[in-house]
Amino acid sequence: MTTQGSHAAKQPAASAPADGAVGGAAEVAGMPASGSPALPPPGTPIIEVRDIGKSYGSVIALRDVTTSVRAGEVTCVLGDNGAGKSTFIKILAGAHEHTHGEFLVDGIARHMSTPRAALALGIATVYQDLAVVPLMPVWRNFFLGSEPTKGWGPFSRLDIPLMKKTTKTELKAMGIDLRDVDQPIGTLSGGERQCVAIARAVFFGARVLILDEPTAALGVRQSGVVLKYIAKARDRGLGVVFITHNPHHAYPVGDRFMLLRRGRSMGDFPKGEMTLDELVSMMAGGSELEQLSHELSRSLGEDSAVAKEMAAEVHHP
Amino acid sequence: MSVAEAPPEQAQEQPDERLAGSHRTARILRRPEVGAAAGAIAVFAFFALTTDSFVKASGASTWILTSSTFGIMAVAVALLMIGGEFDLSAGAMWGTTGLMTGILMTQWNVNVWLAILASLVLALGIGALNGILVVRTGLPSFIVTLGTFFVLQGVNLAVTKLIINQVSVTGLNNVDGYTAGQQLFGSFVQIDIGTTLTLYAATFWWIAVTAIATWVLLRTKVGNWIFAVGGALTSARQVGVPVVATKVGLFMTTAFAGWLVGMLSLFKTTTVQSTTGVGQEFIFIICAVVGGCLLTGGYGSAIGAALGALIYGMVSQGIVYEGWDSNWTYAFLGVMLLGAVLVNNWVKNRAEAVR
Repeated sequence: MTTQGSHAAKQPAASAPADGAVGGAAEVAGMPASGSPALPPPGTPIIEVRDIGKSYGSVIALRDVTTSVRAGEVTCVLGDNGAGKSTFIKILAGAHEHTHGEFLVDGIARHMSTPRAALALGIATVYQDLAVVPLMPVWRNFFLGSEPTKGWGPFSRLDIPLMKKTTKTELKAMGIDLRDVDQPIGTLSGGERQCVAIARAVFFGARVLILDEPTAALGVRQSGVVLKYIAKARDRGLGVVFITHNPHHAYPVGDRFMLLRRGRSMGDFPKGEMTLDELVSMMAGGSELEQLSHELSRSLGEDSAVAKEMAAEVHHP
Repeated sequence: MSVAEAPPEQAQEQPDERLAGSHRTARILRRPEVGAAAGAIAVFAFFALTTDSFVKASGASTWILTSSTFGIMAVAVALLMIGGEFDLSAGAMWGTTGLMTGILMTQWNVNVWLAILASLVLALGIGALNGILVVRTGLPSFIVTLGTFFVLQGVNLAVTKLIINQVSVTGLNNVDGYTAGQQLFGSFVQIDIGTTLTLYAATFWWIAVTAIATWVLLRTKVGNWIFAVGGALTSARQVGVPVVATKVGLFMTTAFAGWLVGMLSLFKTTTVQSTTGVGQEFIFIICAVVGGCLLTGGYGSAIGAALGALIYGMVSQGIVYEGWDSNWTYAFLGVMLLGAVLVNNWVKNRAEAVR
């Protein structure tokens, strides 16, 4: 057993969240737990990207993307499979460095090469698999990797009452009231698990939350639950980057929409400049759809049911 | 949307007050070691009622010693299994460390503490090697440690024969310094209750190892990491758990337990065979599984594994007291393993089901 003591020294942030954390939502929002920069007033850009791009050798995965993430606003990144969404997130999350353009955090140009560097600036990513361990209790999952401890040296132990209490308060602040934080996280619904992951990122000092297709694997009702949590995070003053391929999920919560196709940006629109119908038709690729309709009517004949349906779709999206 | 507002769909899920009591009972019943505890009580009752010598102090001394030796290994193996790995070389390590210390002392008159320390360093080194091989190559630990197991088994025999021209180390009690080592690993206390109850050092080590392992598992960061690396490796890595250190540390822990058991049996019996420990590796795993460990990792308990070893100790001696063929022990172990796996699987599925 003596061998295990050796790797106890890590995670300098471990005991930091213990301080002002239990006080509830307002306190946490004003005083990020892990020492990352404080949240600016709503509407202030936290991240700005200008003509950003990424090439892997001769392959250009992403080019000319311009958008911003503001405190208290939701920036939706929309695109089909292979449009460059994941490359874009990886740049924001610090997993890949960009090769072109400018990436500004709080107005300062940055080149981030590790997720840890992004985290230090308050940019947290919630991946699709949520990084939770299904068989472990909710409170253990909440603090996994950054456990608060009390006691000294070999006697340092988990501060279990604090961990349980904080988990309960933080989840409540996100609008989820768990009966029992001791239940394995695998017993929660998909939406609730997403919420735990979001609450965890917020608690550990996130100013910008990157959500990678949080609604992709969920049913209609659960997706609604997640959208509500996104709104809640926004109301707490965080900047949210919501990646999705579903314009119906993006439109209700989004303040700004950035569309990607084939590694290029199709534009960055504030909500005021775009209706849901426009968004849907842009997503579906308006002109391409028209061309497909022509081709179908040529190969199947004007009167075929499929071609008619398609034509109707193009003219009345 | 105000922060304090509770979402309407949560309201219906509020627990019924009347459910609170049964919820608590259900939680205790869901503990991983419950099955092993029930099994241990049943096995004890059976042999206590059907044989005379089983509950007598002198008879109990034997099965307590067996349980202690296997218990130390089972607890370490359980930690490793919770961390999602196996160690098939754990049994052979028992022989390797015993042989090394024994040969150093009898053949070259090396100081007892130096000889003990040397085999500890060797054990930890092999444990670290196992761990690093598994983590760096991504190969299943079953295969990696199967390799280590065969290497150790071969080396134990060949090197011993090469150095002392026989397959067992004997005469340790004639060497200077033996008594010092014997104090720590081979001593015993005797309590007279009708007949004499003999408790060897191994039993106290077993209790200490189980207590420390339980504390580490449930009350420390490292315990949290062990559950995490066994339950969902990628997730653990994403949230910053030191995955490599945790796994390597676990392999070193089983190697440490192998060394401890090697020393305990060497200084108790003053002799060690080249084949010591070989074939026991699966028994450790069975004890851990009976104690509630999932073969897939991420779930289990140290106390459960200790209870699993207690069951093994009681059965292997109880069968002798019954006057049955001792080979029935293996058949019994097989049945117990299958039963335990089925129960664990059921528990796991219940734990993961949406309540």
